[in-house]
Amino acid sequence: MSDSILEVSNLRTSFFTDDGEVPAVDGISFSIKEGEILGVVGESGCGKSVTSLSIMGLLPHPQGKIVGGQIMYEGKDISHLKEAEMRKLRGNDLAMIFQEPMTSLNPVFTIGEQLTEAIRLHNHMSKQEQNNRAVELLKLVGLPRATELLKEYPHELSGGMRQRVMIAIAMSCNPKVLIADEPTTALDVTIQAQILDLMLKLNQETHTAIMLITHDLGVVAQVCKRVVVMYGGKIVEEGDVKDIFNHPKHPYTEGLIKSIPDLYSKKDKLYSIKGSVPKPGSIKKGCLFAPRCDYVMDKCKEQVPELLGSGHKSRCFLHQDEA
Amino acid sequence: MSELLLDVANLKKYYPIKQGVFNKTKETVRAVDGVSFKVNKGETLGIVGESGCGKSTTGRMIMRLIEPTDGKVIFEGQDILNLSKHEMRKVRKDIQMIFQDPFASLNPRQTVGQIIEEPMIVHKMGDRKKRQARVQELLELVGLSAYHAKRYPHQFSGGQRQRIGIARALAVEPKLIIADEPVSALDVSVQSQVLNLLQDLQKKLNLTYIFIAHDLSVVRHISNRVGVMYLGKMVELADSETLYREPKHPYTQALLSAVPIPDPENKTKRIILSGDVPSPAHPPSGCPFHDRCPVAKAICSEEIPHLRELADGRLVSCHLVD
Repeated sequence: MSDSILEVSNLRTSFFTDDGEVPAVDGISFSIKEGEILGVVGESGCGKSVTSLSIMGLLPHPQGKIVGGQIMYEGKDISHLKEAEMRKLRGNDLAMIFQEPMTSLNPVFTIGEQLTEAIRLHNHMSKQEQNNRAVELLKLVGLPRATELLKEYPHELSGGMRQRVMIAIAMSCNPKVLIADEPTTALDVTIQAQILDLMLKLNQETHTAIMLITHDLGVVAQVCKRVVVMYGGKIVEEGDVKDIFNHPKHPYTEGLIKSIPDLYSKKDKLYSIKGSVPKPGSIKKGCLFAPRCDYVMDKCKEQVPELLGSGHKSRCFLHQDEA
Repeated sequence: MSELLLDVANLKKYYPIKQGVFNKTKETVRAVDGVSFKVNKGETLGIVGESGCGKSTTGRMIMRLIEPTDGKVIFEGQDILNLSKHEMRKVRKDIQMIFQDPFASLNPRQTVGQIIEEPMIVHKMGDRKKRQARVQELLELVGLSAYHAKRYPHQFSGGQRQRIGIARALAVEPKLIIADEPVSALDVSVQSQVLNLLQDLQKKLNLTYIFIAHDLSVVRHISNRVGVMYLGKMVELADSETLYREPKHPYTQALLSAVPIPDPENKTKRIILSGDVPSPAHPPSGCPFHDRCPVAKAICSEEIPHLRELADGRLVSCHLVD
């Protein structure tokens, strides 16, 4: 077993608003091993994107703040690094791709300029070398006409091509960890299949660890080996992808899996989790999922369950005895 | 045999690209290029396809929110494309629409009560008192509470807002509802709630749906028949069971195989299409799909295939399918 390259322990991130402190991420711990693909699943507002922004040091300033816990990258805590130090890591060791390929590229610069920017900032290379590296990267992500593409602007490319460019930029300095926040959500299924295929290929070839954040359980099942399920700023279940899908322990995970319509067989009625995701900080006591849970017990309304288990962990009183 | 409600024949929408001092038409974008289908009373027809395939344009043309370039839309025996603006407004009482974005499709300055009441005012239904009673009834019908009528859209979550949009569509007791990506902005757990609601309402009120979406599993779940669109054309139209069990058109096959299945044991070989959807301003010659088709033959780049019926009743437009 290889060592973990990124270890998040008891991370708490809050937003300070006019209405007081809103805990977006509330004490989560997980680790990513070298070359691994970790899936982070959850619905809107569960804190999955805030987790990734916390790791990258990209929280909106001054509202967002890491209020507790550690983020260990290669044995060093990076949760409170100075901006200048963080900048050295960002792009070089940790890279990120975002959901919106339309808005995350600058429309007034050519693809070449944006692609060489990261290379230039982190390496000493001549113009020619930078360009060669850029062409090499575009080929790596499967874009045709690489040399001409360098001179084109983002609006000349389709959504799928833009996302490939974003991946090329992220991969430009051979990062050890790539955080992909909903990388295929804005894309069509056939393009999504291409991009996921590309990410798997890069993972195998370059051994970059990937943290894939998504709300799509289908994507997780096809791509990831280990999965973390988040709800209300907490991890509610963690384990091997097969265990999670075949024997979900937490009622929320179970509900999510049951709510997806099946492509192969038609059910009369879909299962649905009642109610909706609670606002962060609105539930003060007990398990956050208790008001929506089918198996709710008296205990759940009073106490917060711990994340327990070895290998396949869950935060639910139903499974506390097994651990 | 159920009764025919809507018959769309050879519907087209071309957008001219004009250029130069004299506004000369340089090119045409064929957003929808000859789409035909029928919808029976009480059924749900799903229309799937990727962005830019013309599925939303088709939906909007049926309501004449976009004026078609050519074709026929026959609703209850009447070609609604020949109607005047005034007459068309009356028809819109029978055809209502549910939109994708529950955040943008509700006026933030109106209360939910006003939003739902407005279509009834437009169509001069009942008096104030009756309308307000109806608003309360509708809110409860879509799973909200009567007291929600006094609130504003921003006080609701995405799923609740979509319910408000549904209540507004139902206010004028339509026969046909065109739902354009009604659940794609919603989370999985909320998506299933809204899908169940749509199905319950269909049974209760005997509604007919045209359900436009890009998510193939959602469309399968809700539809009786499904049409697949590619580059402004219908490439396959069949009973949903038949289509999903055994897709015939190579595009449908690729589309279905690209859907990530939420089951880690199921690693079926995906057909990964190369490249992107071509621009509708320069569609490829012959079959619009031939340049990405894994099984294309010489004939595909020469002749445009037409939608034809196979022995099992499905319609396919492909030269290579028998």
